[in-house]
Amino acid sequence: MTATTPTTDLAVQATGVGKVFPTKAGDVAALTEVELEVKAGEFVSLIGPSGCGKSTLLRLIADLDQASSGELTIFGKPARRARIDQDYGIAFQQAGLLPWRTVAANIGLPLELHKVGKAERDARVAELAELVGLTDFVDRYPDQLSGGMQQRVAIARSLAARPKLLLMDEPFGALDEMTREYLQGELTRIAAETGAAVVFVTHSIPEAVFLSDRVVVMSPRPGRITDVIETGLGEVRDEALRESPAYFEKVTAVREALHGTKVERANER
Amino acid sequence: MTSGRAQGGAARRWVPVAWGAAGIVAVALLWELYKFVGPSEGVVIGQVEGEAGSGVLILPRTHDRAMPHIWTMIGRLFEPTSGGSTPPLFVSVAQAALLSLGIAAVGWLIGVAVGMLLGLVMQRWKLLEWGLLPWIVVSQIVPLIAFAPVVNAIGNQIDRGGTPWPQWLSVAVIASYLAFFPVAVGVLRGLEAPDRIHLDLMRSYAAGYWPTLLRLRLPASVPHLLPALRLAAANAVLGAVVAEVSIGMRGGIGRMLIQLAGQASSDPAAPWGPMFGSIVLGLIAAGSVALIGLGLKNYRRGEATA
Ligand SMILES: Nc1ncnc2c1ncn2[C@@H]1O[C@H](COP(=O)(O)OP(=O)(O)O)[C@@H](O)[C@H]1O
Ligand SMILES: [Mg+2]
Repeated sequence: MTATTPTTDLAVQATGVGKVFPTKAGDVAALTEVELEVKAGEFVSLIGPSGCGKSTLLRLIADLDQASSGELTIFGKPARRARIDQDYGIAFQQAGLLPWRTVAANIGLPLELHKVGKAERDARVAELAELVGLTDFVDRYPDQLSGGMQQRVAIARSLAARPKLLLMDEPFGALDEMTREYLQGELTRIAAETGAAVVFVTHSIPEAVFLSDRVVVMSPRPGRITDVIETGLGEVRDEALRESPAYFEKVTAVREALHGTKVERANER
Repeated sequence: MTSGRAQGGAARRWVPVAWGAAGIVAVALLWELYKFVGPSEGVVIGQVEGEAGSGVLILPRTHDRAMPHIWTMIGRLFEPTSGGSTPPLFVSVAQAALLSLGIAAVGWLIGVAVGMLLGLVMQRWKLLEWGLLPWIVVSQIVPLIAFAPVVNAIGNQIDRGGTPWPQWLSVAVIASYLAFFPVAVGVLRGLEAPDRIHLDLMRSYAAGYWPTLLRLRLPASVPHLLPALRLAAANAVLGAVVAEVSIGMRGGIGRMLIQLAGQASSDPAAPWGPMFGSIVLGLIAAGSVALIGLGLKNYRRGEATA
């Protein structure tokens, strides 16, 4: 099962998207008036303080929740259709591996569910294990892996159906700094190799800048997009980039966009 | 590395066995110790002089009719069951225990099937959980001795109606009545055990009810299911033994226990035979379920967090 051919060159198009959660204490406006376009193959990060609706937006794109207002299309189709067509792969902060399945069986789960034949599945799993550098661990169980390795399995699994869109909700959030930087490098390589568009939720400014073509800055109460910053850092994302002035400049730009007037006010006092 | 781990595992498996054996030895020692130091007629308080049976016995009698020696009990196992050329007691006990075990196993199977079905249905339709769960809980409050004759009567009626309904089937049904409860509750909890993230993932794969049940809910329910199956096994044995006695079925260990206890004043060591038999019965039942757990051990792994 492979992703169907995109009918537009837009991976995600959101126009006037809003989400209201009805709760006992009244309605919570998690998102209002979100306008967002993600081009095919583009890497976009969503950044903002917690509670600004990053996860909510990602879940709407994934059709795990439904928008209360506005229009949301994935490759030109409704989110629900895109989910059923396996147009996206998704990964969360927790790896969410099934503990009773080996690494190989975890990676192959989406294929198994879509009745991909055993031979084809095995070949694809081997390919993905290679891609995330876990070839020697395919027979292990999740409890025998480190957190970083588990997260790599989760990424391989999200790529199984060859989606043209990857949705990631703070996938490196629970990892130590070393593993995190290593996996960031791996992810940019994988994204480039597969040509998939990525919507990546994070609350780390350096992470957002290092990975992305564009950084979408959000702010809470109500959740909305306040700024979009092009990084213009080009194709190659290596360790040298982390030391470059262009990179620092963008980190500063995102930080200012994120803190807005709050930083100035703190300085005035 | 793997062999070291396996050896460690094997050593760990023997620890509970060693504790179990130590427990048995301790009980036997206590028994003999109390029999040695305790007064032969026990300790009775508030006895009225010259009035037999008055007062309250606060410590049991220790004479040989009340508390036979451990070795007398064991020796009795090898003597004829009821004098003459009847087979040794242990053979009769084993036969009776086997019959009860078979009936309890049938009761367990019925109970597990019914319990699973109820658990599945209640998980699938929340409305049924509301409607059924209170009744399932209430059902366990009805005492078995009140319930057993009713089942027996219904069974006899079916039998008279032409469909053969042997008495052991009634016993199995009564046993299943105690066995289904932990399974229904355990399955319901187990099927609802998967994390939100796993359910979200299955949804993202556009997996419907059945694939989600087979690939996620059932495997995730195993850690809840195994204790429920163990409890169901214990309940089935208990139910079978009590049911035999209360509907008067012959040949099982419960009936044998009652019979021999009736003759205890002349043959005090005899009832201990079926007593040991029923303990072994419980161990075999629990052990069989433990074997199921061994087969499912991959489903009891937890996901290590980072
Ligand atoms: N299922 C829900 N029910 C009610 N409120 C929710 C729900 N999910 C999220 N919210 C609320 O929506 C807002 C945005 O949440 P979220 O998208 O998780 O933020 P972020 O991922 O940026 O930290 C928060 O105020 C949160 O409390
Ligand atoms: Mg979040």
